[in-house]
Amino acid sequence: MSEKAPAIQLRGISKHFGKVAAISDVSFTVNRGEILSVLGENGSGKTTLMNMISGIYFPDSGQISVEGKEVSIRSPKDAFDLNIGMIHQHFKLIDVFSAAENIVLGIADEQYDLKAAKDKIRSTCDKYGFVIEADKKVYQMSVSEKQTVEIVKVLYRGASILILDEPTAVLTPQETRQLFKVLRNMRDDGKTVIIITHKLHEVLELSDRVAVLRKGEYIGTIETSQANESILTEMMVGKKVVLNIERSEPENPEDRLIVENINCLGRDGRRILSEVSFCARSGEILGIAGISGSGQRELLEAIAGLQKVESGKIVYINPQTGGIDNLRDKTPVQIRALGVRLSFVPEDRLGMGLVGSMDIIDNMMLRSYKKGKSVFLQKKEPRNLAQRIINELEVVTPDVKTPVSRLSGGNVQKVLVGREISSSPTVLMAAYPVRGLDINSSYIIYNLLNRQKKNGVAVIFVGEDLDVLIELCDRIMVISSGRISGILDGRTSSKEDIGLLMTKEQRGGAV
Amino acid sequence: MKNRETMHEPLIRISKKDSMQWYKSWAVRTAAIALALILCAFVIILLTGYSPIEVYKAVFAGSFGSERKVWLTFQKVAMLLCISLAVTPAFKMRFWNIGAEGQVLAGALATSACMIYLGSKLPPAALIPIMAAASIAAGLIWCFIPAFFKANFKTNETLFTLMMNYVAVQAVAYCIILWENPKGSNSVGIINPSSHFGWLPSLFNQKYLLNILIVFSVTVAMYIYLKYSKHGYEISVVGESENTAKYIGINVKKVILRTAALSGAICGLAGFLLVSGTDHTISTTTAGGQGFTAIIVSWLAKFNPIVMMLTSFLLIFLERGAGEIATVFRLNQSISEILSGIILFFIIGSEFFINYTVSFRKKNHKEGKK
Amino acid sequence: MITLIASFVKQAIIQGIPLLYGSTGEIITEKSGNLNLGIPGVMYIGGISGVIGAYFYESYGDTSNGFLCVLVPFLSSVLGSLIMSLIYSFLTITLRANQNVTGLALTTFGVGVGNFFGGSLSSIFGEGGQIALNTTGNYFKQTLPFADNLGLIGDTFFSFGFLAYLSFAISLFASYVLGRTRIGLNLKAVGENPATADAAGINVTLYKYLATCIGGGIAGLGGLYFIMDYIGGAWTNNGFGDRGWLAIALVIFAIWKPKYSIFGSILFGGLYIVYLYIPGLMRNTQEIFKVFPYMVTILVLILTSIRKKREHQPPASLGLPYFREER
Repeated sequence: MSEKAPAIQLRGISKHFGKVAAISDVSFTVNRGEILSVLGENGSGKTTLMNMISGIYFPDSGQISVEGKEVSIRSPKDAFDLNIGMIHQHFKLIDVFSAAENIVLGIADEQYDLKAAKDKIRSTCDKYGFVIEADKKVYQMSVSEKQTVEIVKVLYRGASILILDEPTAVLTPQETRQLFKVLRNMRDDGKTVIIITHKLHEVLELSDRVAVLRKGEYIGTIETSQANESILTEMMVGKKVVLNIERSEPENPEDRLIVENINCLGRDGRRILSEVSFCARSGEILGIAGISGSGQRELLEAIAGLQKVESGKIVYINPQTGGIDNLRDKTPVQIRALGVRLSFVPEDRLGMGLVGSMDIIDNMMLRSYKKGKSVFLQKKEPRNLAQRIINELEVVTPDVKTPVSRLSGGNVQKVLVGREISSSPTVLMAAYPVRGLDINSSYIIYNLLNRQKKNGVAVIFVGEDLDVLIELCDRIMVISSGRISGILDGRTSSKEDIGLLMTKEQRGGAV
Repeated sequence: MKNRETMHEPLIRISKKDSMQWYKSWAVRTAAIALALILCAFVIILLTGYSPIEVYKAVFAGSFGSERKVWLTFQKVAMLLCISLAVTPAFKMRFWNIGAEGQVLAGALATSACMIYLGSKLPPAALIPIMAAASIAAGLIWCFIPAFFKANFKTNETLFTLMMNYVAVQAVAYCIILWENPKGSNSVGIINPSSHFGWLPSLFNQKYLLNILIVFSVTVAMYIYLKYSKHGYEISVVGESENTAKYIGINVKKVILRTAALSGAICGLAGFLLVSGTDHTISTTTAGGQGFTAIIVSWLAKFNPIVMMLTSFLLIFLERGAGEIATVFRLNQSISEILSGIILFFIIGSEFFINYTVSFRKKNHKEGKK
Repeated sequence: MITLIASFVKQAIIQGIPLLYGSTGEIITEKSGNLNLGIPGVMYIGGISGVIGAYFYESYGDTSNGFLCVLVPFLSSVLGSLIMSLIYSFLTITLRANQNVTGLALTTFGVGVGNFFGGSLSSIFGEGGQIALNTTGNYFKQTLPFADNLGLIGDTFFSFGFLAYLSFAISLFASYVLGRTRIGLNLKAVGENPATADAAGINVTLYKYLATCIGGGIAGLGGLYFIMDYIGGAWTNNGFGDRGWLAIALVIFAIWKPKYSIFGSILFGGLYIVYLYIPGLMRNTQEIFKVFPYMVTILVLILTSIRKKREHQPPASLGLPYFREER
């Protein structure tokens, strides 16, 4: 009957953050009673686009229509009133409240009666096949239980259009299957489901149609029945882009850092790394590809001595002596004391790598301030270093005394990377070092990494842009759900190869 | 669907400022103080009916009316400054030590005990260093206890240090009765009134000068410590971002304990100076609420010890001026707390205009869009 | 012996009532994420505003009308506390000032205003001398009519003025609102995680303002009770003492639950005066006894933080300003 009636129509939606266009001129339609996947790589603008439908952001231009009517969605409440509910990747729940309390929170026009609410929750659960303990506190729940609460919360408010942002990122395969069953039930009940994802097999398994975004632009929508993995991958990653990043042959590579079968638990007690083994060699760049949140951060932090390792080995081979040092269960200070020159450019630049309110000189000192016996800080060296980095890396700043938080993203990154390579490391780890940077700044960073490689440094580069990984890295290790799903040669592998490994479902999952 | 384009933008928008040039931010603060003074003038006129010029003359006379008053003013500034210096490193680390009051009392208590029990037994050259050491240790312990629980169990330090104040008050109350002189007076009276055992010596016949010089050197030392020492640097890093501190391998627990100990130690020193240098007695009000005022002094100065000389002077100046008004116009002495309160509200409020920009919705927004 | 115990219980309750008002008010405030260290000042203002109201009513009004004799000071007390709470709310919520600094300034101001007007009200507006509002005090002390007929029980439990019963009623009502109503749920959400509450469509600013002002109004009644009922209508400078801080301690002891603070306030009240009931105490050992409420509070604070039971922790966003664009 009304299967083809549009639930949501987007026309010419654009959104900028500062000077960066996150979404440019996107138009497509979501039909009533279908499951639509919004597919795209990290940073392709999927979440930003959906946030505009759920009232978190307001578009710079363009028009949204819901059920055929032009609407203006200014807040999450407006979205609720239009029966749109979004389940965010980061759950918005109050930890000390029970499931039922969270579900009824903020509903203004209903008698407050938890008992009645629980009945309603139970009937919703029965209808779609959820299991929920209404009295259980959120802090006692597993991730999938929390997600269920979020979904029920949205349904409870009568949403007929549900948007789920990467719902399976935190679920086990069993939980994922259960979720899909529920989502199909909802579709059969006439609800519209939009699921943001970059996992191809999920798209093929679940959805009716797929809309693909790439770098903030809308590529197209196809019926799932006419799609297969290679068609979708091509839409998602596009044709090979020639970037012209220079890549030299590794010179006398030797093993520098050996990781053997390490296992780590994440903050919520889940296994985040399983049996990870690899070797980083001097004079080459080892790329790490993977969906964000697959364990990349934990892997680097485990090596840097910031993440507890449950089992396995992390071994460093000293280039001068050839001696072997065990790095596992050592603090960053102890690692440095061993004479291991390990540099780390973390993902969170201003929250971890640098102190935003401090000036460039003080940030230079973060790594070196302890040097020497004096109780006082030696500012001369850091000042020279700051000046050198500003000159060599063309950091745009009024002076060395400017707090780094006032610099632009690219300049912040130059300061951070500059500091990390200034200690002439033997191992350099960089997590998403070009995220949010413009083309020019990105190339400066690539060149810096390449120079380190030529100096015989073992470089580990975590990236998200597959084109860059293929052009820059000598070897590319793909991580999926905390396991290594393959290590490819950067010179011969294709984006499709990597993409397939990234989304490869792990036997037994991450748990 | 009318006004759809403009409705999404609220009438008043508040956004964070990057940062203000220092002279602009000080202009904002000065303006706030000026406004506060005008309001205070109204309050005073309302209560007294005198001309504000008379009143402000009296305020000035309160601090600088006579040589004795000048010395007293500087002595009070020194004591407030000393306690403010004490809480500063802790605040910089985001450790809310509002227990300075108790830590000062603990120090004062240790000094008094030494004066009473050891006064006649030791020569001054040994007695005074022992007194100083004992007070510093007492203040240190008083702050270390909450810090220990904060570092290990994340126990809320604001509430803990606050409670420790009253434990100190009761400990002092206990000792007062133990030491009271004469019996039944519920006060200790001047300790060693004739022998002057354990009294800090007068310099150049000025009994407050030594106090002032000691606090001044602590100020300079604290400025250097926070700005130029490795410890000071670690304090800033831990305060700004614990994640960064861990990333570069700072032992966060150790820094918290060390800094809290320093904070308590200087409070203990302030207690020593109060008893040995000025009061020569102890009561439950020896700290006199300055532990709380110190927090405001430190915060107003943005944790800069040099600027704190100015802010502590400002607060003492107001307090003494208001006290003078009360005497001259036969008002209750509490007027000084009222006026300080009003001025503080204005200064506290003015920080908003330094950190945030308020912009109003532009009327012509709609035409621009359609 | 029984008379002694009964008298002890009665005195403990009397001492507990100002604390109960203060802690109930502070719990409501803290549930919205505002740590109002100005509560001691607010309680002074609550007391002095009542005194001012009563002073003028006794000077110009009809003192035979008991109802108005009570209502005028009551309303002026609430009004005074509300103004104080509004100052705090405006500075911390709208202007996002540091809560600790603002609270401490508010306490300085409130104690100052209290002592100032307490000391010089009659010299500014009247002929001078100590204020003694015995008439109003007596109305406030009016006990339940049947109390006298119930002997010991009546004397122990029914011999209080109406403000005593009101404090229990308010505390129970606050407990009900926090635990069983939508408003309570929303308020707790604001204090736990304002960003989540905001996303759920709750007006965070409104809740913070209301909680702080209502909490302040309730706390101020503690000051009123102390002056009018306990003292009987006279002001002594700093007579209220450190009860305001004790009320804040009680919040921790009651682990942010008003119904526990009823029990806690009587316990604290008892600890406050227990030294008077233990025979053979020296004057100095009496002082040691007065430290118990604080020691108990510290113990509770330590134990709850070690046990880390989530329900017993302070509201998660306590002390932090909320700025939507930072989420």
